[in-house]
Amino acid sequence: MEKFQKLQGIAAPMPLVNIDTDMIIPKIFLKSIQRSGFGVNLFDEMRYNRDGSEIPDFVLNKPQYREAEILIAGDNFGCGSSREHAPWAIADFGIKCVVSTSFADIFFNNCFKNGILPIVLPQEQVDVLMADAEKGANARMTVDLEAQEITTSDGVSIAFEVDAFKKHCLLNGLDDIGLTMEKADSIKSYEDKLTAQRPWV
Amino acid sequence: MTAPKTLYDKIWDAHVAHEAEDGTCLLYIDRHLVHEVTSPQAFEGLRMAGRKVHAPDKTIAVPDHNVPTTAGREDPAQMTEESRIQVEALDKNAKEFGVHYYPVSDVRQGIVHIVGPENGWTLPGMTVVCGDSHTATHGAFGSLAHGIGTSEVEHVLATQTLIQKKSMNMKVEITGKLKPGVTAKDITLAVIGETGTGGGTGYVIEYCGEAIRDLSMEGRMTVCNMAIEGGARAGLIAPDETTYEYCKGRAHAPKGAAWEQAVEYWKTLFTDEGAHFDKVVTLRGEDIEPVVTWGTSPEDVLPITGVVPSPDDFEGGKIEAARRSIEYMGLTPGQKLSDIEIDTVFIGSCTNGRIEDMRAVAEVVKGKKIKEGIRAMIVPGSGLVRAQAEEEGLAEIFEAAGFEWRLAGCSMCLAMNPDQLSEDERCASTSNRNFEGRQGYKGRTHLVSPAMAAAAALTGKLTDVRELM
Repeated sequence: MEKFQKLQGIAAPMPLVNIDTDMIIPKIFLKSIQRSGFGVNLFDEMRYNRDGSEIPDFVLNKPQYREAEILIAGDNFGCGSSREHAPWAIADFGIKCVVSTSFADIFFNNCFKNGILPIVLPQEQVDVLMADAEKGANARMTVDLEAQEITTSDGVSIAFEVDAFKKHCLLNGLDDIGLTMEKADSIKSYEDKLTAQRPWV
Repeated sequence: MTAPKTLYDKIWDAHVAHEAEDGTCLLYIDRHLVHEVTSPQAFEGLRMAGRKVHAPDKTIAVPDHNVPTTAGREDPAQMTEESRIQVEALDKNAKEFGVHYYPVSDVRQGIVHIVGPENGWTLPGMTVVCGDSHTATHGAFGSLAHGIGTSEVEHVLATQTLIQKKSMNMKVEITGKLKPGVTAKDITLAVIGETGTGGGTGYVIEYCGEAIRDLSMEGRMTVCNMAIEGGARAGLIAPDETTYEYCKGRAHAPKGAAWEQAVEYWKTLFTDEGAHFDKVVTLRGEDIEPVVTWGTSPEDVLPITGVVPSPDDFEGGKIEAARRSIEYMGLTPGQKLSDIEIDTVFIGSCTNGRIEDMRAVAEVVKGKKIKEGIRAMIVPGSGLVRAQAEEEGLAEIFEAAGFEWRLAGCSMCLAMNPDQLSEDERCASTSNRNFEGRQGYKGRTHLVSPAMAAAAALTGKLTDVRELM
């Protein structure tokens, strides 16, 4: 997995609440058996007309946000399905950090597995970042994972919380499966206990 | 004496294989269900790393999302090339890695969340995961069941564990009795209407109360199925005699002495007196009406007797979301919900594709005809549900009324197979999501119970089923 340490990039505003995984990547694009190539269809139904032409009003189609690497989003971002195609599409587009007042649980976990940092902040602070993102391409924010701090284009700093283990994995680009396999003994002894206590499982 | 525990606390504690100092746990997984959409990349990951499936005997695979539901579906020409590639990938992966498998040709094939319980794979006190958010369904058995992403699917395949931190405890109590015409689907939608789609975020919900106890296993599965729509990690219901009765004799349920031993253990699976819940929501069963959704979020719920709201009725970011929803749905604020005309009726899905749902529909439509011009389909959740409905004579009732009687699959719940809505087509659906484009590009979905969907098929508009009873 790609490491996430410090990011300086353009932030795009998407204040709509309850942006669901069907909006992020409609199911017609879930038929690939690959992990890559979903970025072109990110937010497909909001981003393109049926004939494939771009909808100019959609934020990521505006010239100033086409290179966005950060998304400032409305509440409950990523609700709905467990499809990891949603974070795959976001990462494939080039977005590495999403900020909201809350995220759906499975989406939130999926982000960390794909080098994306989801950040939860209180409404007032998301409002500050949303206003900054509205300024367009000149508003380049800095996200420093080590320091757990976002800095706006005006130099306003906002601290954020992140789970220590997830932070460690992102900073170092660690593969979860490798880490878990180091604990094979614990799994084995659990299974021995299981066989004795709940043999029907 | 140990502190009183919730049901969730007990199941969690029984499955921790390793706990780090910061509380990050390796949670052991008893059952891993697999379907064709979220698993190909996970199996490919194993192959590239030279890893095996750690516990193939606890891994159950079935294709459901892409499969056609029309006769002659063994013919590959019925699927798009991409769908066929996904189904074939699952065929190949199931064989190569040696996991349990129900191919399309097997009568037991169906929606993964119906196949698991039906064949006795899902049992009380287990941890159950699947790369599918509606895994919450299995919580009806008093098991801890939730959806995971594909990276986690690969993690479970390789290690039979998940890296997890514990969620908080939430209690949703439904007191008293339901009124006639009100079903499990109305309960679960009413709860989401109350809490919002983010109301359960960070929690595992335990549903309890007299109205929940009174539900059959099928009804309990409907309630737990939509816990995810309320944002919860999982929803569960303590097992009782109804649960044991359902499990007994199923193909993979324990038998003989092992059954006795299992039941003895299952009887310890309840929330202790005085256990702490971080959040409590209580609804009176008597207050719940047959409901419908008017918007594009499952929280957009109102009794069928209500009217389409105005964006001004909301606050904050929801104002814009409601405006967008009403426009997308082609509705007018103030319009009576029971005046909304529909084009299509879809009955099925992991929410409402079980035998009891089929019976509820038959009860409403028996001896009647669906409204002329309405497209109405019933898609049983599994081949076994289909066989039972045919045995009980329900299929004849459906066909006589004018319904299409289909083969098992996810079908129009998410429209990954050929069953889709066309632009602006309006559907009364027993599925779980009314998101924009969910049932087809620009399609319009109203979520309802099976009885309400049946009533809509007869009248051609959203209808209070109580008027037909």
